[in-house]
Amino acid sequence: MLYREAGQFKATYVADQAMLPIVQDRWFIAAVLGLAYVVVPFVASEYWLQAVLIPFLVFCMAAIGLNLLTGYAGQLSLGTGGFMAVGAYSTYKLVTMFPEMNVIVAFLLSGMIAAGVGLIFGIPSLRIKGFYLAVATLAAQFFLSWMFNKVPWFYNYNPSGTITAPPRTFATLMVTGPEATAETRYLIALILVTVFALAAKNLVRGRIGRSWMAIRDMDIAAEIIGIRPFQTKLLAFAISSFYCGVAGAMSLFLWLGSAETEAFDLLTVSFPVLFMVIIGGLGSILGSFLGAAFITLVPVFLTNAPQLFGFTMATDLQKHLEVMIFGGLIIYFLIVEPQGFARLWQIAKEKLRRWPFPY
Amino acid sequence: MKPSRLAVFGLGALTVFAGLFATQAVAQNEQFIPMLVYRTGPYAPSGIPVANGFRDYYTLINERDGGINGVKITFEECETQYNTKLGVECYEKLKNKGPTGASLVNPYSTGITYQLIPKAPVDQVPILSMGYGRTAAADGRVFPWVFNFPTTYWSQASGFINYVAKQEGGLDKLKGKKIVHVHHNSAYGKEANPTLEVLAEKYGYNLTLLAVDHPGQEQKSTWLQIRRLRPDWIFMSGWGVMNQVAVKEAAAINYPMDHFVGNWWSGSDADVIPAGDGAVGYKSTSFHGAGANWQVHRDIINYVYGGDEAKAKANNLGEVLYNRTLVNAMFGVEAIRTAMEKYGNKSMTGEQVRWGLENLNVTKRRLKKLGMKDMLRPVKVSCVDHETGGPVIIQQWDGKQWKMVSDWIPTIRDVVRPMIEKAAADYAMENKIEPRDCG
Repeated sequence: MLYREAGQFKATYVADQAMLPIVQDRWFIAAVLGLAYVVVPFVASEYWLQAVLIPFLVFCMAAIGLNLLTGYAGQLSLGTGGFMAVGAYSTYKLVTMFPEMNVIVAFLLSGMIAAGVGLIFGIPSLRIKGFYLAVATLAAQFFLSWMFNKVPWFYNYNPSGTITAPPRTFATLMVTGPEATAETRYLIALILVTVFALAAKNLVRGRIGRSWMAIRDMDIAAEIIGIRPFQTKLLAFAISSFYCGVAGAMSLFLWLGSAETEAFDLLTVSFPVLFMVIIGGLGSILGSFLGAAFITLVPVFLTNAPQLFGFTMATDLQKHLEVMIFGGLIIYFLIVEPQGFARLWQIAKEKLRRWPFPY
Repeated sequence: MKPSRLAVFGLGALTVFAGLFATQAVAQNEQFIPMLVYRTGPYAPSGIPVANGFRDYYTLINERDGGINGVKITFEECETQYNTKLGVECYEKLKNKGPTGASLVNPYSTGITYQLIPKAPVDQVPILSMGYGRTAAADGRVFPWVFNFPTTYWSQASGFINYVAKQEGGLDKLKGKKIVHVHHNSAYGKEANPTLEVLAEKYGYNLTLLAVDHPGQEQKSTWLQIRRLRPDWIFMSGWGVMNQVAVKEAAAINYPMDHFVGNWWSGSDADVIPAGDGAVGYKSTSFHGAGANWQVHRDIINYVYGGDEAKAKANNLGEVLYNRTLVNAMFGVEAIRTAMEKYGNKSMTGEQVRWGLENLNVTKRRLKKLGMKDMLRPVKVSCVDHETGGPVIIQQWDGKQWKMVSDWIPTIRDVVRPMIEKAAADYAMENKIEPRDCG
């Protein structure tokens, strides 16, 4: 009743090919953006911005990046953490080498650098596929974190090997460093995620995205209809790494403030991002958001749940319960909907269309 | 329509958002101290005695003295799993609790300390990273909010060299000696390297640095190198499982254990027990006494455990890390007490506790009154010096317990302090901090 496209006529091809063809969807997205841009910065406490929402946005960015590569182009990668580290370390080097550089420019430049590194590690994808490619990208993960630990130039010869985000401004606004307010950092992260999510959404609807999907679905058939696998796969690696690189820069400059290579670890970054993509929905930009929300927000909720409902329990018991419940939820959702939350969302929309008279 | 799937999903999402904006009532005349603990995960064997030590000392102060000058201590644990990101989340969650917010924070992880250092002046929560974290923070002019007394990694390394010199018969005998530093390949493990290198140049010993990658279960090649090198002394900066593996490997190559010295994070009970008899004779540095024979332990048994000594022992009473946290908790409590002398007996703010930390003067008499007579050296902090460069002591494992086997060994201040000041100046430059004038 509420969610029906009946009566919404399209008179032009442009209108028909719009990203959100249904009016209700446009309103929904506008409402979400309005909430995120206007309401949240005013009502959310520093804890919510700093410990929950900023990491959520960082992981959204990384998940979109990996979804382009794994979900759309079908190239399984475990190197996400490594590419994020490239982004973080190169932004750090850029802003310490050129202190007057605009920090957002540095973010984008280090995204480029990450894309370059992604290109190199994407070369094996032409010969190896599936799980074997995952192993090859695993090499990227280990090599990059080893390199950033081993070569002191990357951390400016700091005796402890830790990189710290120096205070930098965007125009006159303090964006990074301890003086930057959580609201500013949240908004910057939100703008970056909005812009790049939009770019990704349009990318996958166009020629490039279609060639990725063709390669994913059957590479030989794609080659026969004239798609060059080498360029297409490499492009997927480059663009995906660009997103991951920006996500890495965001995680150092907008979220953590200081980090060592351990912050871009296989088990705490690369795997979780892959799980976000799988649980959220392979081949769906919306799925990247839903997956990132599930993996980052649910543990936070579970940690705080006992206090909210007035229980007190030992911290270790609570943590163990959290891990168990979270694991159970992952299994539950994968059984209920193996194609991820994005698919669940789609089913919900179909049902809404017929509501309240299902047939 | 089949409601199950979507209904469950919707309900779940709703509950999450219902929890977003909950507030908690706050009682007055309380002093809140956040506790970042790791009772689970790979570092839990070290984290549990630490968490219990804090809990027991705060409870003791409340039970025996009725709080700090009548102000009760409240505390809340938050599980970090020694994970930096979880640690920051915990810190953000706890920093505004209690009537005046967090009094001070004891991160108990070098990684988390690094994260919190830039935040401290903004949030006005002082950091007490006792013997870990960023060594350069010892310069109070650049780091007014960070304290790492009674001594740091760099001072400790110089104390180790002093100890070796003493055993060899003088600093001049160090020339040509082979010393190996086996270290965890992380910010923490690399801390001691610059000091050892500078001292190697000064005293002419041959230094070899051997890094062990996280988590440190695989050290065969490291110890093969050591076997070939035949070093006179080995110093180790390890943590977690790395320590026990190293001790086992050293025993396996028949290295003389009394020439193998761990730093103070490589000398707890959990590090040596798995190695069995092979660990006998292994040494480590420390800055406080071992064992459960001090007055403070008897008080804890009586006031916290109701006289049940077995239960107290089951909660790690008297273990090395437990004792260290007693010392740590004591410093925090005494800093709050010092602040109260100036600001009155009420809940102290972070700013006031910072003043208390900076003017902390734990004398011999005070230690005796606290039940820690001779357990550690007196400490006097100042505006410039947040470390005090306190002496270290060597403890040795005899197969059953740790025993002190040396006097208090002074550190080499004239070498370490200039290095600290240089590192602090570099940090100030990079982060555009104007060092304050300490007068």
